[in-house]
Amino acid sequence: MAMVLSDETVKTAIDTAALTRRLRLLRRRSQVKALLLVAPLMIFLVSVFVLPIGVLLTRSIDNSDVSRALPTTAAALATWNGRDVPGEPLFAALAADLKASSREDVAEVAKRLNNYESGIRSSLLKTARNIRNAQAPFQAAFIDVDARWANPERWSVFKQAMPKMTDFYLLAALDLQRSEMGQITGVTPKNAVHLDVLLRTFAVSLSVTILCVLTGYPLAALMARSKGWVANALLILVLLPFWTSLLVRTSAWVVLLQSRGVVNSGLIWLGLIDAAQPLDLIYNRIGVLIAMTHILLPFMVLPIYSVMKSIPPVYLRAASSLGAPPFSTFWRVYLPMSMPGVSAGGLLVFILALGYYITPALVGGPRDQMVSYFIAYYANQVTNWGMAAALSAILLVAVLILYAIYNRLIGIDRLRIG
Amino acid sequence: MTERFIAFEGVRKSYDGKSYVVRGLDLDVAKGEFLTLLGPSGSGKTTTLMMLAGFEIPTHGSITLAGQRIERVPPHRRNIGVVFQNYALFPHMTVGENLAFPLKMRRLPKAEVTERVRHALDMVRMASFESRRPAQMSGGQQQRIALARALVFEPQLVLMDEPLGALDKQLREHMQLEIKHLHDRLGINVVYVTHDQSEALTMSDRVGVFNDGTLQQIATPHDLYEAPDNPFVATFIGENNAIAGEVMELSGGTCRIRASDGSLIAARAGVGLKIGAKTTLVLRPERITLAAAASGPNRFRAHVHELIYHGDHLRLRVSVCGCDDVRIKVPAGSVETPKPGTDIDIGWAEGDCRALALS
Ligand SMILES: Nc1ncnc2c1ncn2[C@@H]1O[C@H](COP(=O)(O)OP(=O)(O)OP(=O)(O)O)[C@@H](O)[C@H]1O
Ligand SMILES: [Mg+2]
Repeated sequence: MAMVLSDETVKTAIDTAALTRRLRLLRRRSQVKALLLVAPLMIFLVSVFVLPIGVLLTRSIDNSDVSRALPTTAAALATWNGRDVPGEPLFAALAADLKASSREDVAEVAKRLNNYESGIRSSLLKTARNIRNAQAPFQAAFIDVDARWANPERWSVFKQAMPKMTDFYLLAALDLQRSEMGQITGVTPKNAVHLDVLLRTFAVSLSVTILCVLTGYPLAALMARSKGWVANALLILVLLPFWTSLLVRTSAWVVLLQSRGVVNSGLIWLGLIDAAQPLDLIYNRIGVLIAMTHILLPFMVLPIYSVMKSIPPVYLRAASSLGAPPFSTFWRVYLPMSMPGVSAGGLLVFILALGYYITPALVGGPRDQMVSYFIAYYANQVTNWGMAAALSAILLVAVLILYAIYNRLIGIDRLRIG
Repeated sequence: MTERFIAFEGVRKSYDGKSYVVRGLDLDVAKGEFLTLLGPSGSGKTTTLMMLAGFEIPTHGSITLAGQRIERVPPHRRNIGVVFQNYALFPHMTVGENLAFPLKMRRLPKAEVTERVRHALDMVRMASFESRRPAQMSGGQQQRIALARALVFEPQLVLMDEPLGALDKQLREHMQLEIKHLHDRLGINVVYVTHDQSEALTMSDRVGVFNDGTLQQIATPHDLYEAPDNPFVATFIGENNAIAGEVMELSGGTCRIRASDGSLIAARAGVGLKIGAKTTLVLRPERITLAAAASGPNRFRAHVHELIYHGDHLRLRVSVCGCDDVRIKVPAGSVETPKPGTDIDIGWAEGDCRALALS
């Protein structure tokens, strides 16, 4: 009997191993099939989305312009002790590089160096012009054009700018800089703008998210409770904003909110406010919050609605049969059960709001512009790709950190979008 | 009946304003009684239960609970425990929190809540499950927790709407016994809704049979089985043969019926029977005896159509008294097996068949 039993056990053990292998094979097969199905979209996404963004983000630490334009100088700087005025070889090397470079390259280098020391730009451009025809000894020729070439500090700027990578832009995006000694310090208060903008971006996004929850939750609840044509009509009203362009919707708010706009005229007509002092509803924070809340509301309402739709009414009956008055039923049962929708909508709205650009630009004042505005400014107006990329990178990292915290607190698998 | 605990008087309910789903319900339930509502789908059982729980308001009539009219009392003030068909345990709470919910709603002190929750879990033998979530339990376990939750706040009345519908047969029978024992021990009132007649017969003090929004009969399981009031109840509860006929003689509790082929059958008379009226004669398959054993007035020649073997018993389908679908149930091996296509003698006692008035 014992023999038979152990035989049986061995047989089952072998079978289990084979079964596991077989299961794994089957699972692998279905995974491959799934991958093939998503392959077109994956290729599309990687080539038009992930790659360009990745390349752009590398611009935030890229610093190869200077060392590429000044290769001999870079080599000569490596032997400089960093304290004394450098000798003739370093001056000769820089002269050779400047002679060999095009005007555009020199301009680019000058712009880069100017980030470290303001004023170096014009000095370098002037020197480059004069040095093209100069002969050795170059040390004298340089100092002749601009006496500041005799300062060791001038050369340490070159040394700082030589590495192929830099944290300059990332630090600048957080209103930080490196001193000559290489320590990280805050920039002067006059130049400290970025941190303010980042904080403002988060504050506006958070306010919009809260406003969307407060207005969207009751609306979603009403939609989930109504039946037939009422539910359809409400759904269409919620979706209506998607059918018009973002620009049109934003402009409509200008019409409504300006000092002679519909809202102010209405209030004046009702006698609630004085005609001489219309409310300031636009080109300030209020306008931004109103317009963004309106535009982002569907992204809050739809996830909440779909979660509410899936809550069986029997739970509410159960709660009241157990003695819960209507408010407790809502607070202890309905609200917790609809929470996955609220958190999904909240995350969606918050992340969308972080990147908002057009709406604050059209209905906000100068103190209401969000980080996207500055990214666009650096990218389009002053062609400082490094700064634009650094701000984008900071924003991306902030979102990822938030997402991680969110995942910790709520759990991303508990999200329900639909 | 000792004390009237629940009373429905002339209760009618319409959802759409056109037709009544419950039409004229009069029902008295005694204190401590286990009442089961039984009936085909759509007959109004759930609606009746929901009116009692307070989720539906009767269109007409009154409902009294412990002497007080409750039609207008909102459900959360009725103090009635309800077990729903799919348990309706709150998925975002643990078992312990689910059980504590009704107690917290009644603002009981913390220590008492803990104590009662533990007690309720012990009662359904689920003490080790306190910190589980409903999704982490089997159907039968969830069922017990739902039961404990409906009992933990000590209501005098518990309503159950097909609470065992989702369980397999074995577990269902086990839970039937447990519910029955809990009822006996706690002395509470239970109103129980089911589709399953054996469940109704085994658990209840009385069973109310519904059809099409009306209460057909309410009686103890024994009376319901042995003395159905009308053909619907007779055929709905257990298996019954129905033979059509006409009342020829009526004296006291007995009568003579002429079947469509002219044979005369002696039977007990149901209520409301009149001479000359059409009637349905009901007769349980197991009460018909074959040949030798048959004696008394009701002896007939039957033609055997079919014979089905069921292990412990045999079933015959025969033609007799003008009805060609009369079923007979005989214990296996008790008699010589008749052959299909042959004629046999059958008979039954007068007291075993009842002539019921057609409604
Ligand atoms: N909320 C409602 N609105 C409209 N009609 C309803 C509603 N609830 C039930 N009905 C109708 O009332 C009738 C009785 O329903 P009820 O739920 O009471 O039946 P039941 O006896 O419980 O049936 P089952 O055994 O299938 O659960 C049915 O015809 C049903 O269609
Ligand atoms: Mg029902």
